[in-house]
Amino acid sequence: MAESTMKPPKKALSPVKWMREHLFSTWYNALLTLAVGYLLVTSVGPLLNWLLFEANFQGQDASDCTGAGACWLFISQRLNFFIYGFYPDELQWRVDAMFLLLAIAFVPQFIERFPGRKWLGIFGMTGLPIIGYFLIPGGTFGLEVVESTKWGGLMLTLILAYIGILASLPIGILLALGRRSEMPIIRGLSVVFIEVWRAVPLITVLFMASVMLPLFLPEGVNFEKLARALIGITLWQSAYMAEVIRGGLQAIPRGQYEAADALGLGYWRKMGLVILPQALKMVIPGIVNTFISLFKDTTLVLIIGLFDVLGTVQSTVTDPAWQNVAIEGYVFVAFCFWVFCFGISRYSQNLERKLDTGHKT
Amino acid sequence: MGNPMTEQTQTSNATPSEQDNTGKKSDIIRVEGMHKWYGDFHVLKDLNLTVAQGERIVICGPSGSGKSTFIRCINRLEEHQQGKIIVDDVELTDDVRQIDTVRREVGMVFQHFNLFPHLTVLENCCLSPIWVRKIPRKEAEATAMEYLERVKIPDQALKYPGQLSGGQQQRVAIARALCMKPKIMLFDEPTSALDPEMIKEVLDVMIELAGSGMTMLCVTHEMGFAKTVADRVIFMDGGEIVEEAPPHEFFTNPREARTQKFLQQILAH
Repeated sequence: MAESTMKPPKKALSPVKWMREHLFSTWYNALLTLAVGYLLVTSVGPLLNWLLFEANFQGQDASDCTGAGACWLFISQRLNFFIYGFYPDELQWRVDAMFLLLAIAFVPQFIERFPGRKWLGIFGMTGLPIIGYFLIPGGTFGLEVVESTKWGGLMLTLILAYIGILASLPIGILLALGRRSEMPIIRGLSVVFIEVWRAVPLITVLFMASVMLPLFLPEGVNFEKLARALIGITLWQSAYMAEVIRGGLQAIPRGQYEAADALGLGYWRKMGLVILPQALKMVIPGIVNTFISLFKDTTLVLIIGLFDVLGTVQSTVTDPAWQNVAIEGYVFVAFCFWVFCFGISRYSQNLERKLDTGHKT
Repeated sequence: MGNPMTEQTQTSNATPSEQDNTGKKSDIIRVEGMHKWYGDFHVLKDLNLTVAQGERIVICGPSGSGKSTFIRCINRLEEHQQGKIIVDDVELTDDVRQIDTVRREVGMVFQHFNLFPHLTVLENCCLSPIWVRKIPRKEAEATAMEYLERVKIPDQALKYPGQLSGGQQQRVAIARALCMKPKIMLFDEPTSALDPEMIKEVLDVMIELAGSGMTMLCVTHEMGFAKTVADRVIFMDGGEIVEEAPPHEFFTNPREARTQKFLQQILAH
């Protein structure tokens, strides 16, 4: 029989027809369309005016903000503080270098055909934190020491989120495997760890880490506050991560475990080569969800006196030299967080598409 | 002090297998008085079976008779609670290393194929040879292609399992098991999940394999396959081995009433 040449029927509508069908099909649809249209016209215009057309971009200080719109001068004048905190000006190249490396490692991940992007990604997860470990605090290779109390702003947010994300994933995987282990002691410890950390609010964890922990540590042993906060955030987050990954492990059919067993792979190869690649792929949305919420939760370090990007902005909007700039400040913070969280989200969608060998059996 | 001790244990270890070799053709599987329970439910009752190297055995019986559970005990996918299972001179106990040793020598084909969906057909076949047998990738791939050719799907090597039909997937599963160069192959209802037109292509591969001298234990309802290929047919019911006979005798002259009833039902349609 000849190949069928029949095509599915086309459905093309002129704009007017489309509008009549979708926006004005009944009297109440028409009413809704008009109402929503009115709202859009009355809100978007003033918003754009405030954001852009009547906003103030040029000048030196608050007195130059004469327009009716936003005073973006406030952001551009204090940007250095928002990004680096109290990091000394002449040493900020070190932070800049890290930003650059971060971009080199991860921006190519969005470009499908970028050569060697896999290696850049691996560098981003291994080499990058190692370089950062030496470069940011200094103290080795003749680099001047910059104490962690001087770190702040966006830089601090990124450090907290990046290390939290990087460390909580492997710990979470181990905890999830532990919770599904057949060995009672390992399973018990994992369950206790997960249930204890997950049941405690992050604020409590941070308070404990900064106020209580030093009381229990022996004389002379002293972690920096930042390190304590980081450990707290990571462990707290890995408990969440473990439960997300456990969901994936449980979704893998028993036949996959049995086939791997029957091939004599043994526990670690079975998990590493067969089960986890499938389970992790399945729970990418959940993992990314956890990453994004971790990224935003880093702002809570504010309460133990660390100045992340939100902290720096918040402390500046009360500056008497700048009046009524709180909205601009918070819009800026929101924008910073949105950029990074949206980036993480896009990357994960990218990854899901790439890893989808589809065709479920 | 250390040396004579080790020598002694080595010789004492070697003796039983030597005896096996000098005796009749060696038994590669020995099951002795094996029992299994699921909780309080007694699934397998006092099973005894010896399988010689190169023997082809078909196990049949009504559903729930424990036949799948039985062959899954042979590579320890299921644990037995009493009796002995000795595969290729290794006894199956709680010792994980012993279990893995046995599993390396025993290939298994499942009812639902259980291919790894995130790997290509070729990667499915090479996974275990590379990671367990430590064979170089090139060599493992060449072997895999050989076996894929033997099951007549070399052209699908780079596809993912989800892109293949059921019959093709099952043939890949057979090739995957063979790539480990096992001494024994277990088949757990390999054609039960297949559409009728695909059963033949899988059976053909199994018949070809039987011809090559592989030791095979096969749980199946394909009585035609049992007639042509099996050296022995084992009928199980209620967790017991009810009857054990060469196929000709089994089909023409079954001794037990339960066997007769089963054969009537299965051959009636």
